[in-house]
Amino acid sequence: MLADKDRIFTNLYGQHDRTLAGARERGAWVGTKEFIESGQDWITNEIKASGLRGRGGAGFPTALKWTFMSKVNDGRPHYLLVNADESEPGTCKDRDILRHDPHHLVEGCLLAARAMDAHLAFIYVRGEFIRERQHLERAVEEAYEAKLIGKDNIHGWDLDIIIHHGAGAYICGEETALMESLEGKKGQPRLKPPFPAGMGVYGNPTTVNNVESIAVVPEILRRSGAWFASIGRANNTGTKLMCVSGHVNKPATFEEAMGESFKDIIEKHCGGIRGGWDNLLAVIPGGASVPCVPGEKIQNVIVDFDGLKEAGSSLGTAAIIVMDKQTDIIKAIWRLSAFYKHESCGQCTPCREGTGWMMRVMERMVEGRAQKREIDMLFEVTKQIEGHTICALGDAAAWPIQGLIRNFRHVLEERIDQYTYSSTSDGAVPSMAAE
Amino acid sequence: MVARRLADESVQPASFAFSAENAKWAEWMIALYPAGRQQSAVIPLLMRAQDQDGWVSRATIETIADMLGMAYIRVLEVATFYTQFQLQPVGSRAHIQVCGTTPCMLRGAGDLIAICKSKIHHDPHHLNADGTMSWEEVECAGACVNAPMITIHHDTYEDLTAERFEAIVDAFAVGKGDTIKPGPQIGRLYSAAEGGQTTLLVKPTAKREKFIPPAPPEAVVAAAPAVASAPTTAAKPKAVSAESTPAIKGTPKATTIPTAKAEFERKAADVAAKANSEPNKAVRPKATGVESAAGKVDGGKVSGKVPTAKPVTKKADKGTLFTAPAGAADDLKLISGVSPVLEGKLNALGIIQWSQIAAFTADEITKVDDALNFKGRITRDDWIKQAAALAKGGEAEYVRVFGKKLR
Repeated sequence: MLADKDRIFTNLYGQHDRTLAGARERGAWVGTKEFIESGQDWITNEIKASGLRGRGGAGFPTALKWTFMSKVNDGRPHYLLVNADESEPGTCKDRDILRHDPHHLVEGCLLAARAMDAHLAFIYVRGEFIRERQHLERAVEEAYEAKLIGKDNIHGWDLDIIIHHGAGAYICGEETALMESLEGKKGQPRLKPPFPAGMGVYGNPTTVNNVESIAVVPEILRRSGAWFASIGRANNTGTKLMCVSGHVNKPATFEEAMGESFKDIIEKHCGGIRGGWDNLLAVIPGGASVPCVPGEKIQNVIVDFDGLKEAGSSLGTAAIIVMDKQTDIIKAIWRLSAFYKHESCGQCTPCREGTGWMMRVMERMVEGRAQKREIDMLFEVTKQIEGHTICALGDAAAWPIQGLIRNFRHVLEERIDQYTYSSTSDGAVPSMAAE
Repeated sequence: MVARRLADESVQPASFAFSAENAKWAEWMIALYPAGRQQSAVIPLLMRAQDQDGWVSRATIETIADMLGMAYIRVLEVATFYTQFQLQPVGSRAHIQVCGTTPCMLRGAGDLIAICKSKIHHDPHHLNADGTMSWEEVECAGACVNAPMITIHHDTYEDLTAERFEAIVDAFAVGKGDTIKPGPQIGRLYSAAEGGQTTLLVKPTAKREKFIPPAPPEAVVAAAPAVASAPTTAAKPKAVSAESTPAIKGTPKATTIPTAKAEFERKAADVAAKANSEPNKAVRPKATGVESAAGKVDGGKVSGKVPTAKPVTKKADKGTLFTAPAGAADDLKLISGVSPVLEGKLNALGIIQWSQIAAFTADEITKVDDALNFKGRITRDDWIKQAAALAKGGEAEYVRVFGKKLR
């Protein structure tokens, strides 16, 4: 378990001053000039040494991503685009960074921009985070006033930060949709290639990083990459903000070391499962787009990228959604289908039509008004959607249903039996008629 | 996706104008983006217009399109695509957005929706009788650990119970919304666990302990990312395995070395090697199937310095099987079954010409087979006959013997 001295986000709960003065007291903006002067390679290598993997869900090595930005400048400006469009159901970690520790992010932007030769950074905050955006805007203003960023700042690396926002489209969390949206268009993902590192915002090289990935950078540099790498298991290093929601006694967001067991984390930070561990039905361990894991399988799983992969799921954003045995799991997954149907951008046919189709079948499954063969058909259709769309939303819509069928097929079948039984015993075929 | 339309003409206002303050803000916002990119400001401007009027009307869309030099349809697209824009009038005192997605649903968002239905209007996006309230169910609003939650104007009200929510609705209905404190409604500190946080109990300081890496023998295995067993391939993209630079000494221009380029380099090295009558060992590390060295920085001993690149060198003992003869190197790849990788390996063994392969003895075939780690390939693909044909008359002879073109 992580000790308080090793935590990066020291004002996660907003109990301290979030302004520049307060952030400085907690160690922000210390040594930044030195890091900038150490140069691009030093920053990148230190982050590489830390083993930091992107915190937005895919877990791509952050330093490696930075190196994709062409070093030879062909005259086009480089951009850093921070993805604060946190909309994955279950995820609310970036929210606390934005509203309570915004200076971590602002400082991280400067250092990351140095590492990728950028002089302009965009922070795209989701539209619903209004107060959070205001706090961040204030932090950026403070940084400008103190000449920490901007033209001719004290750090010797010019950086402008533009805070942009969305307006309630989940798909804009996808990096190319994010760029479309930033350019003032509908947020429909682009085909890749060209990749953002070659052609991103306004056709210029762009790197898109998650808020948490950028916000941990200053602390990693201050304490060294080796420190970060010493936490957690190999290839799964560092600390991670986790958000536990659903049927635990005390839902919470907290920073914890990677590589702890699921049970330890829930016991320590969330006061256990509602109704005890025997009452645990299933867990969605990484935000809505990852498959659910049955309760009996999850308890000793190690919560990190590899641990959850072994369990047949994924760490995603470390947004843990817990469901106890009083949950109607079919309904819970149906609600996710409704979410994906609502958020599909409409560009690719398999997703646009498929998400609606899956939702409607799931709606019948919730009642049990279906044939058992339709379970296989539904599974088959999810396989037709998965991998046949431009972005991963199609996959994300398919996986929860696949997870449901794989792990809870008996529940679906029982529901269908129940419906059939009810309809023959006191409904559609009245038994009275025979008498 | 959701089909969204503009409100009926009967409720559309004739014109829209930003207030003086907002107009100034809009000017500043547009100037923020790089020259010629003013279209970027469309979402912020629409949002500011909505904050001003409560909803986005046709006139709003047209005014903003004119301000940004955009076609009306482009702004209409944006306004209908992004679901946060209200395309019809909303309640004058409150428009309640209830999050209904799974994390909130699990903690009772259904009850909140039922209250909206009974207290405001049966259907979402409809005004109540006196036009003061309206509601809708929104998708995840990003406060899942404080579920269930609602948003009114700019604020969120979290950790709701049915009773508390009813009280909030009633307060807003009579215009006393400002008496309700936003945020968690159960006296917890933002997203910290109810009844007291479990972390951050020590007051943070600016002081940082110097990190001392754990002692080498046993501990280093735990600390070194790539040395430990079974490196993960989770979420590792295809481009990574093709990455051939073990450490980033600056940014590689292209992450995957094109075959043509690698080939060119090899050829150049080949020529140089022959000048010294040594076998060419200049094979790209990639050719030996070395995995990406992502995370394998400094062999785990991270010191904060730029790590030095350690190219993979070939085992020397294999290079002594043959002596490269004088004369130009042939393109061994013309032999069906010899890939660029194998060609590199053959070159490293000192085999550079077709005639050498044509003259293989059975013993040599076994040795080369072992060295290449490709049991039986030489005989299976009949390299000797192919090489003999090539050595004799090049491509023309090959076509004559085999009756087919070179690959």
